[in-house]
Amino acid sequence: MTAVSARDRILSRLREARGADPSAHDSERALVEARIREHPVGPRPTMAWTDAVERFRAECVRAASTVDTVATRAEVPLAVARYLVAKQLPTQAVAWPELGDLDWAAADIEIDFRAAQGDDPVGITGAHLAIAETGTLMFLSTPRTHPVTSLLPETHVAVVPASRVVRTMEDAFERTRVEVGALPRATNFVSGPSRTADIEGVLQIGAHGPFRVHVIVVDDRAPPASA
Amino acid sequence: MTTTAFAGGDAKRARLAPKATFKERVHDKLHDAKVQRAMRNFNLAGARARAIGELDNLEDIRTASAAIRDRALAHLDVWLERFEREALARGTHVHWAETHDDINRIVVDIARKAGVRKIIKSKSMVSEESHLNVALEGAGMQVVETDLGEYIIQLKGETPSHIIAPAIHLNRDDVADVFHEHHGTERKTDPTALTMEARKFLREHFLSADMGITGANFLIAETGSTIIVTNEGNGRMTTTLPRVHVAITGIEKVIPTLEDVACVLRVLTRSATGQSISNYVSINTGPKGDGDADGPVENHVVIVDAGRSALLGTDMQEALRCIRCGACMNHCPVYQNIGGHAYGWVYPGPIGSVLTPNYIGLENAVDLPHAATLCNQCGVVCPVRIPLPDLLRKLREKQTDRGLRPWQERVGLRAWAWFAQRPGLYALATRVAARIGRRMGGSNGLIHALPGNGGWTVERDLPAPQGRTFRELRAAGAKRAS
Ligand code: SF4
Repeated sequence: MTAVSARDRILSRLREARGADPSAHDSERALVEARIREHPVGPRPTMAWTDAVERFRAECVRAASTVDTVATRAEVPLAVARYLVAKQLPTQAVAWPELGDLDWAAADIEIDFRAAQGDDPVGITGAHLAIAETGTLMFLSTPRTHPVTSLLPETHVAVVPASRVVRTMEDAFERTRVEVGALPRATNFVSGPSRTADIEGVLQIGAHGPFRVHVIVVDDRAPPASA
Repeated sequence: MTTTAFAGGDAKRARLAPKATFKERVHDKLHDAKVQRAMRNFNLAGARARAIGELDNLEDIRTASAAIRDRALAHLDVWLERFEREALARGTHVHWAETHDDINRIVVDIARKAGVRKIIKSKSMVSEESHLNVALEGAGMQVVETDLGEYIIQLKGETPSHIIAPAIHLNRDDVADVFHEHHGTERKTDPTALTMEARKFLREHFLSADMGITGANFLIAETGSTIIVTNEGNGRMTTTLPRVHVAITGIEKVIPTLEDVACVLRVLTRSATGQSISNYVSINTGPKGDGDADGPVENHVVIVDAGRSALLGTDMQEALRCIRCGACMNHCPVYQNIGGHAYGWVYPGPIGSVLTPNYIGLENAVDLPHAATLCNQCGVVCPVRIPLPDLLRKLREKQTDRGLRPWQERVGLRAWAWFAQRPGLYALATRVAARIGRRMGGSNGLIHALPGNGGWTVERDLPAPQGRTFRELRAAGAKRAS
């Protein structure tokens, strides 16, 4: 039984290796805390685009997602139905509870508001935010926003209000700090359907996650003031 | 040539670690038509070139990314303490492994206590270092690799040949055979059909496993989170579905803030696969919360030293910046010809040739620092600006200092030094050598077989010295000028 743990041995080895001054430990801690408090943003590429929603849509397509745009939330069920029927996909779905207020029956979609299981064909989710730079959806786990619903079904449909599209991942983190605070159990960034190139480097869509990611943008931004 | 023996005693490791010398392995791979075909098809370098061009301030982002990694290394223990504090506060169990054996002991222990029978794994190179699967199987547990490439090589009983494309040395016929044999299905060679078959079999494992093991691209000090970057979705499954999750990663992988993650990601995924971002970037913080429908009940992080602390504060420290993108191997003319297995340990390519001697002992990998032309392709592409050729050169110097080079080389260099310190004799010797060389070159002035170093002239000829030595010419020139 040794009093000194592996942890302490590793940490003291590191301190020794970098020639740390034992009396500086507190000031070094303060330095680290200050860095975290300030969390400065590094260099970002010059983004020669101004309309984040436009960019988001284009990057989604580049990441092999498909995109549709509707004017109001109420139109979402019909848009989902349109997509599923056009792709000849099943119209049974599971969805996040937050989508429960919409009229799914009118769109002939059989829907359950629960976490997806292994054999559910379609999962419908909202999104915490979306990132324009890379066409990325951001999900935070909560008891009502189940991560499995964007993962297990072969088809994933995500409903994203245009007002939730930010420019970069840095913006997404900062907005999350302000709106939510600490990160939840799972923070997932999803950019297009699952893929692999592990057999002879040939790209395959749909390795373990969804084969299809369909993004429905709800354009809830205020219409441009007319001249 | 000295034998490349590998440290560590257990039988399985001895089986996995190739007994042959580096030279023998290289010879095998160069004459293996399948490996050669696979390496010719392999073009992640092209994908990177296209994607990296999207960043108009690439050099700024590389510099910033290197600085982020340096900042973490400069106060590594303090950042790790900060990570640990946040992770504990979020209910994550934090374990520290000093050695490879520690990793295996800790993970087997976690699995035993939780009554685990089946384990799914998302790619973890650190677990390859310690042969964790062997330890878990030895403890009676079933382990299933879920990254498609890792799954294929696990079924074949092989090791990865690339850090992000582990089965790059195999072709569709190999996959067809191994799936047919293990799944008992009809043999098929279409990559799409093979991928779908793996999806079906692995889905069953995902849904029935008790424990998930992943690596971690980073430990985020700000939030006490681990982050994994994948394309297939197996990483998300592994961290979401089983009731226990264990992430294993090196002490050097700590990164200060979320903004730092965002910065480094732009060059990590582009350098690795040529994507502006990977399909899935997943940040995991603690076990499932109250009322959560999914997520692990137990969340563990194993922070591994196993040789890494020995690089800190030395002239090798820059290697600890590595973010394991694989670009250095994708651009290495040596890797492109011999593939990953010839390197003999977990990490191939230029970074492997730096890490392997440092982690398992310079005397156990004498050939690796020489498995490079020092052309600096790796240094040019490395997203965190690791000066790989410099580090390789320093390792060569250390080998010489420690007398680890073969006796022929040592005697040869000593003889050269003896002559070089005696200018008169040196001039005479070079004059004689030049005359002999000229005679050996014959009518076309080319030496086809170099005595004492036949390897050099196997694929090429040595131009024979023509006429007088440089010193003779210089002396003659000086006379004419005066
Ligand atoms: S050394 Fe650089 S290029 Fe090679 S894997 Fe590490 S980060 Fe990538």
